[in-house]
Amino acid sequence: MANIAIPRKLPAYRVPGWRQVREQARRYPLVPLAIILLVLVIPAIFANVIAPHSPTVGSLSNRLQPPIGSGAEVIDGIVFSEGGTWAHPLGTDKQGRDILSRIIYGARVSLTVASISIIIAGIIGTTLGLIAGYFGGNIDHLIMRLVDIALSIPGILLALVLAVALGPSFQTVIIVIVVVFWSRYARLVRGETLAIKSQDFINRARVAGASNFRIITRHVFPNVVNTIIVLATLEVGQVILLEASLSFLGAGLPKPTPAWGLMVADGRELIVGSWWVAFFPGIAILLAVLSMNLMGDWLRDKLDPKLRNV
Amino acid sequence: MQRFIIIRVFHSVLALFAVSIIIFGLARISGDPVAMMLPIEATDADFARVRAAWGLDKPLHIQYATYVGNIFQGNFGESIKWKGQDALSLVLQRFPATLELSVFALVISAVIGLPIGVIVAVKKDTGVDLAGKIVALLGQSMPSFWLGLMLMWVFAVQFGLLPTSGRGTFKHLILPAVALGYFQVAAVMRLTRSSMLEVLDTEFVKLARIKGISENMVVWKHCLRNALIAPLTYFGLIMGGFLTGSVVTETVFGWPGIGLLAIDAVRARDFQVVQSVVILFAAIFILSNLVVDILYAYLDPRIRYTH
Repeated sequence: MANIAIPRKLPAYRVPGWRQVREQARRYPLVPLAIILLVLVIPAIFANVIAPHSPTVGSLSNRLQPPIGSGAEVIDGIVFSEGGTWAHPLGTDKQGRDILSRIIYGARVSLTVASISIIIAGIIGTTLGLIAGYFGGNIDHLIMRLVDIALSIPGILLALVLAVALGPSFQTVIIVIVVVFWSRYARLVRGETLAIKSQDFINRARVAGASNFRIITRHVFPNVVNTIIVLATLEVGQVILLEASLSFLGAGLPKPTPAWGLMVADGRELIVGSWWVAFFPGIAILLAVLSMNLMGDWLRDKLDPKLRNV
Repeated sequence: MQRFIIIRVFHSVLALFAVSIIIFGLARISGDPVAMMLPIEATDADFARVRAAWGLDKPLHIQYATYVGNIFQGNFGESIKWKGQDALSLVLQRFPATLELSVFALVISAVIGLPIGVIVAVKKDTGVDLAGKIVALLGQSMPSFWLGLMLMWVFAVQFGLLPTSGRGTFKHLILPAVALGYFQVAAVMRLTRSSMLEVLDTEFVKLARIKGISENMVVWKHCLRNALIAPLTYFGLIMGGFLTGSVVTETVFGWPGIGLLAIDAVRARDFQVVQSVVILFAAIFILSNLVVDILYAYLDPRIRYTH
């Protein structure tokens, strides 16, 4: 929003040092970037190096150990929990699996699901959007009707039906996310293509004898890449949320995958005695989605400010 | 306007048909329904007999026509899990609980989201605005099932103020409704903020100020009334979103609504019940989108011509 109105009152005075820090932070999204690296990327790539324990194998003698910092709990002389140890900094779950290790492997799961499904949805949506916008006419009508239909199908419900029909699996989750998300690319890319198509350089390319395929791939596509990148970044957070919700409901990734949504689901019945089982995976989801949203906002302002309302 | 409405209604019907085709297709992918009905020792002749009796030997398009015909007559088949019960009536029994939850969540998102949105817009670029932005960002990044569990842990387990789950008194309603509504509080707030900012910048507001009307009157009466259009129409969309979002919240709080029914049905692989829920919810979702679109077009005539 370009708000160039005259300020009603003068901006408050700030200590210069703080201001410079803020300015720097505004120029580069340092905090979100750091969180993305710490919570998502580094754990996803180096999970097997960093994780102190196996994400899927636990020992029952270690079950439901509390995290570091939670004190021993003794009620009426009976020891309920003895406080956390550094062996399991975030505690263990019902099967004695280390929660920190599961969260670290969970980053790999979330990032894999998000990147695969966003790439597939992006390719399908972009291709259809380019075709619809460039050729127009009946094919445009047909594709846009498909987009309308896709936008009006609620994603979680579709996932439920798929989970019953095909059984919960990695593929089912990818299919659901692609079906829900491709249409946004198609609609956005079509709009951009329409605007680009009417510009002079496209006509000149045509006069110079370029084929439709060449014009689309060499002249139109490079001009919509920024839009696609911004949309994809903004969607990573939403995809992570959707995948977590599906897994939580039992319609997403199957057990014993260390998926964050599944881990929260494991902690649901334990909320009375062992809050940490559900708490920490939720924090991981929150941080990952929050930082991706901030990153997407920043990229949008940087690369493609017209997308403000997407 | 009439043309716009007709086109939009047509699109909605198309979308509903698409949903029904998807579900019909999935029902056929998920395995031979005859195999589920017959005992293991059944012969090929038994299979053929049952197929003929259920019309499963006919070509697919005729099967689909029968299927759609049944749906229009409210016949969604019998539940597998709850033996002998009609799938649709199972769903309809649960409907009031889901509606109650959704309406209360809507009230929460309106009562909290609208005023905060106004205040944040008036205090643009101050600490209040920043706090509002943080609340909104958290709302969009927090998984609602996790928020629900944490609310349950704090208010029910630690302090014992509210019940953990189930339905009954007003106290039972508070936690699920907050968990369901919080995401939308953020959305309503953002929407109110941006449309208030637009209105605050207009000439008639300046005139009102020049006339010497008190700032409170300017903000809450002159501005808010004009800024309400966007959030109000958005409530239609929210309602559709709540009904489907209730699947998650109801699972967390054991709220006996349609969402919980759907999850139970999914776990029991009870396809008849799942498809009734999906078709009903999809219809509500598509209908609320339709109403919102028409409302927008009515309020903002420019929209009618872009289609």
